[in-house]
Amino acid sequence: MKTLKVLTLLAMIVVVSAFAVNTIDAVVDGYKVGDTATDFSLKNVDGKMVSLADYPKAKGFVVIFTCNSCPFSVANEDRIIALDKKYKNQGYPVIAINPNNPELKPEDSFENMKKRASSKNFTFPYLFDEGQEIYPQYGATKTPHTYVLQKTDKGNVVRYIGSIDDSSRDESAVSSKYVEDAIDALLANKEVPVTNTKAIGCSIKS
Amino acid sequence: MNVLGYYKIECKNLNSFVLKFVNLICVKRDLNYICPMKKLMFILTVFFAFSCGDDTKKDEALNVQAESSSIEIVDFEGYEKMISEDADKTYVVNFWATWCKPCIQELPAFEKLNEAYSDKNVEVILVSLDFKTQVDSKLKPFIKKKNIASRVVLMDDSKENEWLPKVSQSWSGAIPATVIKKGSKQIFYEQSFSYEELEEALKNI
Repeated sequence: MKTLKVLTLLAMIVVVSAFAVNTIDAVVDGYKVGDTATDFSLKNVDGKMVSLADYPKAKGFVVIFTCNSCPFSVANEDRIIALDKKYKNQGYPVIAINPNNPELKPEDSFENMKKRASSKNFTFPYLFDEGQEIYPQYGATKTPHTYVLQKTDKGNVVRYIGSIDDSSRDESAVSSKYVEDAIDALLANKEVPVTNTKAIGCSIKS
Repeated sequence: MNVLGYYKIECKNLNSFVLKFVNLICVKRDLNYICPMKKLMFILTVFFAFSCGDDTKKDEALNVQAESSSIEIVDFEGYEKMISEDADKTYVVNFWATWCKPCIQELPAFEKLNEAYSDKNVEVILVSLDFKTQVDSKLKPFIKKKNIASRVVLMDDSKENEWLPKVSQSWSGAIPATVIKKGSKQIFYEQSFSYEELEEALKNI
């Protein structure tokens, strides 16, 4: 019976500690559609710092949290390039940001970002969220995670959050291009038809 | 064998008592408990893991999914059917992929749970979100290499924006993610699990 008592005590402690050790800090929710998004100054693969304020002529932005290492990001790379090519001249350039901590994911180091941008001929800035400070403010949880912002008098207002289209793994099965639909609507001064979507992605490592 | 069986029951009873105790001294916030004296607790946890963990292990009676020549492929409809077949069974469904590092790290916990609870009407299902084109080149070799014994199915449903919210409204789409379901009750977790956390989660259903 003595053993049982000791065990009881230990079991108590175990259960208590199982919870205690895994207590996580409150998660910040991030932006919702209609919120004003923060600007930033992050280092691009060409070594220069980039801010949204550097684009006086832009009508808005396609901010995409993406990385080298996630297969879903890679599966979307060509679509991201196509988006930039199509909409940069219409006032909606793509700004890609790698939110991952390279200490946890060496494949997403700044050096590897440079290599990736060069080998894929990225037509858009590919920025490094050094210190992982920007993505939590946006509320990005995974790569790829896309935010369409519209420049207004109030600042850059979030108009769409989600995936580029409705088939992240298989481009040939795409039937709804959410980001394009959102930008087209904004350019035509119409309501964005779908403002929030979901897709599988790699959780951001920080 | 009898001694082991008896010991297992004792452990289980203690745990439910302990859970009540936790509720008394800890503050519950969402799904997490905040408790004092974390460090001391941690050390004792490790100690206890050695003293009780080994005994609760089941005998070596694994049905290793040997040389599986095909992987079950489901769309969302198939997934729903799969986790609704038996209303008395507890389904522990883990969404993962071979390329997802935190998913791979937690797989042993799910494997251990599947083994330890196989006689308690609990089934672990590992729902892979690998690319369909990589089933032969990545998924099957991985299952073989790691001797995965739990049931593995490939989710092949491209309309993620339709089915993700049906799995859970709160799912952002990041993996790993886990659903624990019994009958009409379901709890969703977008997080990584240790074995101990997984066992606790199982008790909450």
